[in-house]
This record gives sequence, structure tokens and C-alpha cells, in this order.
Amino acid sequence: MSPSPSKMEQYWKKNLQTLAILLFIWFIVSFGFGILWVEELNTIRIGGFKLGFWFAQQGSIYAFVILIFCYVIRMNKLDKEFNVNED
Amino acid sequence: MDLLTWTYLLVGLSFALYIGIAFWTRAGSTEEFYVAGGGVSPLANGLATAADWMSAASFMSMAGIISFSGYDGSVYLMGWTGGYVLLALLLAPYLRKFGKFTVPDFVGDRYYSNKARVVAVICTLFISFTYVAGQMRGVGIVFSRYLELPIEWGVVIGMAIVFFYAVLGGMKGITYTQVAQYCVLIFAYMVPAIFISMQLTGNPIPQLGLGGDIAEGVPLLDKLDGILGDLGFGEYTTGRKGTMDVFMITLALMVGTAGLPHVIVRFFTVPRVRDARLSAGYALVFIAILYTTAPAVAAFGIYNTILSTSEKPIAELPTWVRNWQQTNLIQIEDKNGDGKVQYLPDPNTNELRIDKDIMVLASPEIASLPNWVVGLVAAGAMAAALSTAAGLLLVISTSVSRDLFKTFRPDISDKKELRIARLAAGGAVLLAGYFGINPPGFVAEVVAFAFGLAASSFFPVILLGIFSTRINKEGAIAGMLTGLTFTISYISYFKFVAPELNTAAHWWWGISPEGIGSLGMALNFLVCFGISYLTPPPPKKVQQLIQEIRIPKGAGKAADH
Repeated sequence: MSPSPSKMEQYWKKNLQTLAILLFIWFIVSFGFGILWVEELNTIRIGGFKLGFWFAQQGSIYAFVILIFCYVIRMNKLDKEFNVNED
Repeated sequence: MDLLTWTYLLVGLSFALYIGIAFWTRAGSTEEFYVAGGGVSPLANGLATAADWMSAASFMSMAGIISFSGYDGSVYLMGWTGGYVLLALLLAPYLRKFGKFTVPDFVGDRYYSNKARVVAVICTLFISFTYVAGQMRGVGIVFSRYLELPIEWGVVIGMAIVFFYAVLGGMKGITYTQVAQYCVLIFAYMVPAIFISMQLTGNPIPQLGLGGDIAEGVPLLDKLDGILGDLGFGEYTTGRKGTMDVFMITLALMVGTAGLPHVIVRFFTVPRVRDARLSAGYALVFIAILYTTAPAVAAFGIYNTILSTSEKPIAELPTWVRNWQQTNLIQIEDKNGDGKVQYLPDPNTNELRIDKDIMVLASPEIASLPNWVVGLVAAGAMAAALSTAAGLLLVISTSVSRDLFKTFRPDISDKKELRIARLAAGGAVLLAGYFGINPPGFVAEVVAFAFGLAASSFFPVILLGIFSTRINKEGAIAGMLTGLTFTISYISYFKFVAPELNTAAHWWWGISPEGIGSLGMALNFLVCFGISYLTPPPPKKVQQLIQEIRIPKGAGKAADH
């Protein structure tokens, strides 16, 4: 049984919302904190790191990993909710 | 045991392991050859993707590049990991649902055009050949450095190994070999890094050691800023490249990563859509372990190198410096005759030349680790080069047998197609080996090509193919060709036609050839939209296909439907 077109549209819309939020964070942690505002953030220190430098060489990568797993969890939930999951 | 024996032993053992695995998991059908039968678990696929992705350059050269460029090296760290977010969120799940074997498959079907398919095949072949030549060269270099063989022999041995398991095993053999190769390479990378971190900062975790204090109670990075500043280099933690350029290079690398065919194709091997999402997550975890360690290795390496050489009497240099002088990776020339080494930014007075690969290759010796660790690093470098080479060769052979042969001769039998795939893989190994032995002078330059092309050709067309139902074949073909032509012209102009003009002053808006793929991508998007809205929408059947790939339900195995 395939889902009805209106349900399908809703599912797609929620998917796009999820993507927009996650990609916004993706942009901020790398291009924002690591590149555009790196100098401002470098005035803040965490341990032996300048914060901007830390985001560019460490923090952004951790954030990327977390983002993908958030996406996985969110989409699995969404798939179930709309009954489009596999098995 | 001495160093050479350990190296032979460990490299030999790892090779035996790969061949053993390939033999056990050899492919029997085209489906197994192309996508490992579609039954790879997300975890195994994550490991294999990580090994596939991390090449000789990631393993040997990246830390060194960061050592010498400090903050500017961040473009590679962010670029080569951030692309996985795009891949996981925007491409992998949908391409898995689409459920065929290759990227040109998708482009050809979604844009209902064999012309589009052929453009995609050409891009695939160009990107993959560019890449694989570098890997073969990497194998040769590792052989010649550690096993004291000529580079040519190293390349030939590497070819034989890859030939054996890529041609015999296909995707199935490659996948499980790559799992083993990941384990070898990450272990080899981490052991010296952990020991050096402990020695320098007292913290066994390199990621934390990078932000730790050295013995005098000063943070390592501050000390490094100070030392480099005193010598007249820029500070380690601030950039020298323009912000615009850093931004565009990072973007081009991210988008290029997401558009690389040998990475995308790995996500066709898992059973379900949600496995594709999850395995992208696993892949990035495994990649991140190396990529967050690399900046630590970089900072430790440059600190140790300067500390043990700068202003030190040439006669009293540590043994590891003298060892690597023999391979010419470290060159010292006492220009002012004071008997000491001066490390300076000015090439006329600088007396120390260090190859970037030294930061990883010499790390076990810098940390005074036993000989077996040196052998381990050699096996790790080899694993990194071989795993990437095998993945690329598979993409090449699939493109030839499936996207070219099968498209135009759809009636050939499975058995014959498999034979053609194997022949193509064999031919590709020979060609790659030839380029490994006689590298075209511009190998380093063409890497910018590979990413620029993937970014400016594939990414926009695949993305729009999924997220828009309005983009049609006219738009896609025009977009790909515009992106390609623009990017190739810009890179060729600055790299080959007028290399003397390759400075920030002459670049458009300060964008270097490495970052121009981003602009090519933007052009591709614009043209793709413009032309599509001026021409009729895609047929009903295609619109239905798009709706179908958007929902996970009913993915089934990757198949020839």
C-alpha cells in the first residue's frame, strides 16, 4: 500500500524542514565559526585552544558527526510516523 | 629484529590478509561485482567507505600540509569531512532508493537521456583516473622508502595486488578488504600519535593534547605561534589565505567529496535506505578519528622538527633527522657556513627543507618507538593507498562495462558483462600503473581538477534531480557542460597556460583554482534552472520516479530493473 499523495507531501515537507535546520547548523559550525567569524572567536580561549581555530580543526568535525546521527534518528522516526519505513 | 625485516613482515602479512579476504569473498555475479550483492551491513560499509575515502594523501601528506600551513590547512579538514553531511542528508538515501549501480545510471535515467549518461561517464572516468594515478604513485613511494625497492617495482607489486583482489573480488571482495585495511591504517596512524601526544603534553588523547600544555606550562599552540613568529613565519593559528579563498576552497572540497562517484557508489551496497543514512554516519565517525588526529600530528610534528633542528649544530642532529636525510625527505644545506641549521621563511637563507610526508612517516622515530611501529606505519600507508585505488578501479570498470557497454548493447548476458567488467578493471590497473611509473608532471595539479569537476558537474545535477521535479534533460546537460567547461578553463588557465599569473592578484574575486569548483557549481545551478524553465517539463514517468525515490518504502536490493 502506498501512502496517499497528501500524506506524501506532508512527509516531504517535514523532511525538507529537517534538512533546513541541520544544514543551517552545518553551515554555522564550519563556514561561520571556522571561517567567517574565526578572528572574533579566536579572542575566546578554551584550554590551550583559541576557539575559532578549535572549530576549524576540531569542533566542526565533531559537529558534522553529531548532525548525521541526529538526521538518522529524526528520519527513522519520521518514516515510522508516516508509515513509509522499510520492514 | 631490524627495521627492514619488521617492515617486510608487517607489509607481507597485511597483503596476505587482503588476498585471503578477496579470495573468500570473490564475486560470482554482476550484482556482486558492482554492489557486493547489496547485502553489506551499515557498519561494514561505514568502515569500507572510510578506507575507500582516505587515500595515500590523507594518510601521508595531510598532516604535513597542515604543519606548514597551520590554520589554512583547515580547508582540508572541514572540506573532506563536511562533504559527508551533504552526502548523508542530500544524496545517499535517495540514490540508494533509486537502486541501481552507478552515478551515470542515475543521471541517465532521471534525465531520460543517453547523452546525459555519456557526459556523466566521461566525468566519472576523468575524476577516477586522475585519482588512481596518484594512489599508484603513493604505493610506489612507500615501497621505495621502506623496502628499499625502486619506485617502479613498488608500483608493479601494488598493481599485482590490486589486480588480484579488484578483478577477482569485485565490489564484494573490495568491501571486506577495505574493512581490514581501515583497521590497519587507523591503528598505524594512532599509535605514534598517542605516544607523541603523551611525550609532549602528558595527555594520551592527541585531540586533547593539541590543546594541552608543554612541559614549561605554556599551551603548545601558543608556544608554536611564538616560535614560528620569531623565525619570521606567520602565526600557526592564524591564516594567510584570504577569507574568500578559504571559504570557496572549503565549499568546493565539501561539495566535491559528496559528488565523487567512488564514494557515492559505496552507498548502493547496503540493503535499505535507512542503512544508507546510518552507514554515512558510521563512515564519518571512522574518518573523523583520523581527521581530528591529523591536526595534532601536524602541530606535534612541526614543533618537534623545529625544536630538534633550528639553530642546532649539524653534527649533533638527532638520528631520525640523519636517517631521513638519506632519503632526501629532509635536506640540510649550511649556506652561511656557521655549522648550524637555520630554518627560515626566505628560500635564499633557509637551510632546512622538509618534505610534508615526513610528519607522519617519521613520527615513530621522533617518538623513539620500537621498529615494529615503523613497519606498521608502512603497512598503514600501503593500506590507505591500495584501498582507495581498488575503489576507483571498480568505478572505472563499472563505468565501462555497464554505463558504456550495457547501455548500447542491452542484450548481453550477465556472464559476458561480468567478463567485460573484469577486463576493464584489468585494463584500468595497467593504465593506472603506467601513470604511476611515468607520472604526468601535473599530478598534484590535477587533484584540484578532480574535486572541482565533481563539484561543478555531478553535485548540482544529482541534487536537483532529487529535489526538483521540474529540472529536465536540457537543463541538466547544459548545466553539467557549463560547470565543467568553466571549471576546466579556469584551472587550466592558471595551472598550465599562464602559471606565472597564478597569484591572488589575478584570480577572480581572490578565488584560487582549488576553490573555483564552487563557482562552477553555482553556474551549473543557474544554467540548469534557467534552461529547464524555458523548456518543457520532464515526462510523467520521470516525475513518478522522483516521487518514488523520495520515500524509503520498498527499496529492495540494488537491481537491474
